[in-house]
Amino acid sequence: MKQIEKIIKPKNLNQNTLIFFGLALTLLSFLDVALLSVFDLDLLDLKGSISIFLPLIIGFIGLFYIRFDHTNYAFINKINKSINNDWFNSILTILVILGILKFTPILLNWFFFEATFVGEAKEDCTGNGACWVFINVWLERFIYGLYPNEEIWRLNTAFLLLIFTIISAFFVNQKIKKYIILFLLFVFPFIAIELISGDMAGLEPVASDEWGGLALTLIVSIFAIIFCFPLGVLLAMGRRSELPVIKYFSIGFIELWRGVPLITVLFMASNMFPIFLPEDVIMEKLLRCVIGIILFEAAYMAEVVRGGLQSLPKGQYEAAKSLGMGYWKMHVFIILPQALKLVIPGIANTFIALFKDTPLIFIVGLLEFLGMIELAKTNPKWLGLATEGYIFAAIVYFIFCFSMSRYSQKLEKRLSTER
Amino acid sequence: MSNKIIELKNVNKWFGEFQVLKDISLSVNQKEKIVICGPSGSGKSTLIRCVNRLEEHQEGSIIVDGNELSDDTKNIEKIRAEVGMVFQQFNLFPHLSILDNCSLAPIWVKKLPKKQAEELAMQNLKRVQIDDQALKFPGQLSGGQQQRAAIARALCMEPKIMLFDEPTSALDPEMIKEVLDVMVDLAKGGMTMMVVTHEMGFAKEVADNMIFMDEGRIVEKAKTKEFFDNPKSDRTKLFLSQIL
Repeated sequence: MKQIEKIIKPKNLNQNTLIFFGLALTLLSFLDVALLSVFDLDLLDLKGSISIFLPLIIGFIGLFYIRFDHTNYAFINKINKSINNDWFNSILTILVILGILKFTPILLNWFFFEATFVGEAKEDCTGNGACWVFINVWLERFIYGLYPNEEIWRLNTAFLLLIFTIISAFFVNQKIKKYIILFLLFVFPFIAIELISGDMAGLEPVASDEWGGLALTLIVSIFAIIFCFPLGVLLAMGRRSELPVIKYFSIGFIELWRGVPLITVLFMASNMFPIFLPEDVIMEKLLRCVIGIILFEAAYMAEVVRGGLQSLPKGQYEAAKSLGMGYWKMHVFIILPQALKLVIPGIANTFIALFKDTPLIFIVGLLEFLGMIELAKTNPKWLGLATEGYIFAAIVYFIFCFSMSRYSQKLEKRLSTER
Repeated sequence: MSNKIIELKNVNKWFGEFQVLKDISLSVNQKEKIVICGPSGSGKSTLIRCVNRLEEHQEGSIIVDGNELSDDTKNIEKIRAEVGMVFQQFNLFPHLSILDNCSLAPIWVKKLPKKQAEELAMQNLKRVQIDDQALKFPGQLSGGQQQRAAIARALCMEPKIMLFDEPTSALDPEMIKEVLDVMVDLAKGGMTMMVVTHEMGFAKEVADNMIFMDEGRIVEKAKTKEFFDNPKSDRTKLFLSQIL
């Protein structure tokens, strides 16, 4: 290898010349692939399999010529150090860059340049690209589900109120902020449900079978998150309790709910559970499902929180006790604030998982966001648009999950008291 | 007799099979300062941790300020509120500022109004000379400052007794003095103190009585001067010759 290197890259040649030559070759290889994929223009114009491999080979040789231990150009040094430090890495580099050059235009074409954005029906989609008309036309259904059109203002009001309260929380001082958070957690959800279900005076009742779409996704996840968290914390504390009854109840509860698939839980909630209820107690299917999700996720939450409780040094418990604090004061003021802070990543993980688990309620016939897309794509007038639907779903889920993840990271930073 | 604030009678304690405390009887009068020393594993930490029931004893009785320690939680919480404890590892609450560390228990255990509790906290922080660090978090303080803050935190409960469990053992040598100074000051103020420490200089300066423990037993209990000048048991002599 060394011998070959000496012959094709002689030491006595000027380094700058070699770098110039190498860069030219590398760029040529990129240009060839880029032109081919964007303008369908074959620069090197070779037929057959060689036209696929030629840019690879040229790029490889180019990178070989610019590889030096040290050059006068910071830019070249950086490339050499990070993505061109030996022949294997240079091949990977070339493959990745050529791959990007080859497939980005194809993707962009499908997503934007050849896609159809405006129209009323599937027939309007004439291009080769995506048919975003599908999303456009169905968007309202995706968001509101089968909620009656003339009542949609109620959903909007609920969500505007939510967004308005959250935004206002950023502009007030700590003291009022505390109340806003309490309002958001313990008052708002119930006002919203009253408004949406129409139990409040003067509103047309809307049965929960008619709820759906993104609105239902949010209703289910917000309620599940609000209730599974405190329940999980209590279970975690229970599992560490010295009282055998509480301890073994918690262990049993956690292991039972963790041991069954969510889909089974939901199925039981919708079909089996009513059998055990007295005749005159009627619980709505949605409520039963939400309770199922809460209990299921609380078991996971409990184990996450327990991890935090266990990682606290014994001294913290002892210091709190030595000041005369009882079990609850010790946990509320000393133990939980520290333990929960430690497990913020795990808590965020559970919440994100919970959010992504909500589509499973389709099993009992509730159509949340993904369920509505599922429904729309099987509509005879809109067949064959599953890809667009799923990509749209992926984007929306990603936005929500990524926001939760970012928020948890921010919170972690803000609560950190170590320097 | 009414003067006795802590009284231990025939206390025995086991960790599993291992007996850590063997037939300990001991009484502490009000305003008395007792220093407990002994080799590691001799049960001296366990002994003072039994006084506020961070450890439970299995036999014998412990009476603190007229209350016998039992499984009754309310009773224990009441006693703990009257007995301050300072730990080897400080055990400050890292998520709270120094001021909150000190005012939390007065607010929630003694039910003082927040403002009053914070004034009390500032007074005690001033007493240990770190009132200028009140708004910092424990992680931002040096070891010596943290231990002084921990003493202030215990003092904020206005305890009748202070227990010190090797308060200087985790400190860098140059920080030991600042903590000992605070403890000497506290002793001069008339606090009842039980101190587990290897700082014999401190012991000579403040202790009324010395206790030497080995293998779970009180080997020797004597007035401080007598303890250092004329120890009776050979085990004590050996220990003192090694440590002094």
